Amino acid sequence: MTLLTAVFAAVISTVVWYRNAPGDEMKVSILCFMYWGASLMWLVDAIFEYAELREAYFTPEPADMLNDFFLGISVVALGLVIWVVILLVKDPKGAVKKVLLKK
Amino acid sequence: MGCFLVPTTEAVIVTIAEHVAEKKALSSGNREEALKEVQAPKVPFTRKLSWLRNMLWGGSGLLAFEHVWHGEVVPWFPFLTAASDPADAAEMLHEMSTVGVTMAALVTVVWLGMVAVSSAVEKKAAQQTAEEAESKA
Repeated sequence: MTLLTAVFAAVISTVVWYRNAPGDEMKVSILCFMYWGASLMWLVDAIFEYAELREAYFTPEPADMLNDFFLGISVVALGLVIWVVILLVKDPKGAVKKVLLKK
Repeated sequence: MGCFLVPTTEAVIVTIAEHVAEKKALSSGNREEALKEVQAPKVPFTRKLSWLRNMLWGGSGLLAFEHVWHGEVVPWFPFLTAASDPADAAEMLHEMSTVGVTMAALVTVVWLGMVAVSSAVEKKAAQQTAEEAESKA
């Protein structure tokens, strides 16, 4: 479930990036790389888990599934927070600087 | 358990390599070459390295959060709960050498694919530019 949530986040962020490409004023590419990196790593985790559990991997307990989904949503939220912090620090539009220097 | 430490280590190495490559390209000896790289329709290698860096840092950062969530990483020494027990530590090292190494390898393979696609696009663009210049002449 965590893998699925991360993959959906990666796909959505990639579509958003592509809509504005080749421009990347909002630094959405950072979000894409972050979610794709995490998705690839969780894919490996899933493959190893599948090798151990076999078909039981596809029939998780509802409580585990809910916990994994909650984790996935939290991971997406953390990714968004990291992206916002990077965006505000890099300030590609110079908006933060303008607001701070405004008299 | 500690699988995210392998891609994190690779991320540190890639970040250092990127800084070294950037400095080298901008050093007085290679300044002209660096400027040429920026002017030509070619993606600089440091930018390609930044794709790998972002994937590794992003992925291992979010994976580290998952380990905190599961109580495998704690904010006190030795930070990894498995490290305090020899049996758990052995299991953690085994996981790092299998799952962790595979994670780092898969991200690197995907990045190599991206670099290959990018190089192919660059080549095609260079060919088109050369053909256009020939037809004009």
